Amino acid sequence: MMKERPLIYLDNAATTKVKPEVVEAMLPYLTEYYGNPSSVYGFSDEPKRAVAHAREIIAGAIGAKPNEIYFTGCGTESDNWALKAAAEAYAGKGNHIITTKIEHHAILHTCEWLEKHGVEVTYLDVDENGRVRPEDVEKAIRPETILISVMFANNEIGTIEPIREIGAIAKKHGILFHTDAVQAFGHEPINVDEYHIDMLSASGHKINAPKGVGFLYIRTGVKIRSFIHGGAQERKRRGGTENVAQIVGMGKATELAMGTLEERKKKETELRDYLIDRVLSLVPYARVNGDREHRLANNANFAFQFIEGESMLIMLDMAGICGSSGSACTSGSLDPSHVLLAIGLPHEIAHGSLRLTLSEENTKEEMDYVAETVRDVVERLRSMSPLYEDFLKNNGK
Amino acid sequence: MYTEKVMDHFQHPRNVGELENPSGMGTVGNAKCGDIMRIYLDIDENQVIRDVKFKTFGCGAAVATSSMATEMVKGKTVQEAMAVTNKAVCEALDGLPPVKVHCSLLAEEAIHAALWDYAQKNGISIEGLEKPKSDIGEEEIEEEY
Repeated sequence: MMKERPLIYLDNAATTKVKPEVVEAMLPYLTEYYGNPSSVYGFSDEPKRAVAHAREIIAGAIGAKPNEIYFTGCGTESDNWALKAAAEAYAGKGNHIITTKIEHHAILHTCEWLEKHGVEVTYLDVDENGRVRPEDVEKAIRPETILISVMFANNEIGTIEPIREIGAIAKKHGILFHTDAVQAFGHEPINVDEYHIDMLSASGHKINAPKGVGFLYIRTGVKIRSFIHGGAQERKRRGGTENVAQIVGMGKATELAMGTLEERKKKETELRDYLIDRVLSLVPYARVNGDREHRLANNANFAFQFIEGESMLIMLDMAGICGSSGSACTSGSLDPSHVLLAIGLPHEIAHGSLRLTLSEENTKEEMDYVAETVRDVVERLRSMSPLYEDFLKNNGK
Repeated sequence: MYTEKVMDHFQHPRNVGELENPSGMGTVGNAKCGDIMRIYLDIDENQVIRDVKFKTFGCGAAVATSSMATEMVKGKTVQEAMAVTNKAVCEALDGLPPVKVHCSLLAEEAIHAALWDYAQKNGISIEGLEKPKSDIGEEEIEEEY
């Protein structure tokens, strides 16, 4: 496909570029220090030390202890582990889990699986901005509730949830609290003690580490069984030889992300708000989805009336812009995103959504080009939309 | 994910627009599942489709199938247009990804709906043409998933 200009990557919520410093930190563990950390000889000391060092960095980033960090293969594995193993370990106490309607499929589909195995799940509604109401969490608690799982920040609309308040409620009632922080880790300050988080899932590739590595934080004292049975790795709770290079990469990426967090947030927030303002001023019948205040610094999510998201993505791609959409056509089903429906958008508007998630590497000039291209693409698609035709014929009603 | 032909028809759709006082017009699909197609036909006294225009709300495949379908019926008699099936549209586009095949079904239905409108207005019957379903999209959900 012809590209008129260099790629503008605005899909950082999907995945991020691996930073050169991260690649550099990883390389020796693929080439020179290839020993198995579980081996006894001195040759394995270095990979063992590197894994321990990465664990310390990551623990420090969320105010945890190193022995509370368990490396996994991805955020999805962490979510599966947290929910399934907690349901099993606490089956004696009860069989009820509270979560929300806007969780990632890693949580929702795991909950659906658990429901087939005797667990009862309450899926909480959210407000029109995608925020969970803490009082709803408290109201949903039953004597048999064993776990509350609410995402730290939503992957589609960027809304940051009132985790501190929900954590306090969970603590007050003596219920385990898990948060899927895949979108928030390294992007928002997190402290597991302050927020009363008992378990936390995160992933490396959302913070400039490679794909294929994540972790689950499990607070000391939480009874949780193994999910991957095998050797004695990860304190016998997650068998399988450590993915040393990837773990080192995630450690390095965490160190870099935490070192620049505030400064990066400020820069991304400015760029994001600039992009949102430009798009809203150029495109009529457009809205921003998600909370404008409690929002990830890099997330802009729009809905454009009368057009469909996939068409928009293909046209943006032809202009060298990578974005994503919650339209049915991009989800592989005929329904638009469950998140957009949960915040109350009608189907036809949910189909016209566009998510642009930027990084600190994007520029204001790029945002100008993106906003103007979005305007052109929306105009073009509206000119061939029967919904827009009807809208105009009815004098804009 | 799309063939070159699909991309060509998506990027340069043929026959986009409206017709004033069309001989027949049909709209199918629904916004709920994300595809709506509208076809306008201009048919002469010999039942030849002189002109055809379309408007579509939908994905790349929906736009491309609308475009291809209009191209295939233009200049044909209404009876010949009945042979433009979803299969024929799909083949003319060198195929569609499996999840998008319903889009080609929508194109066939939109043509049929416009022909039905023309037949009704002129009190004629077209062989093989049945009253179109108004809400094809809903049915697709149950069929495919």
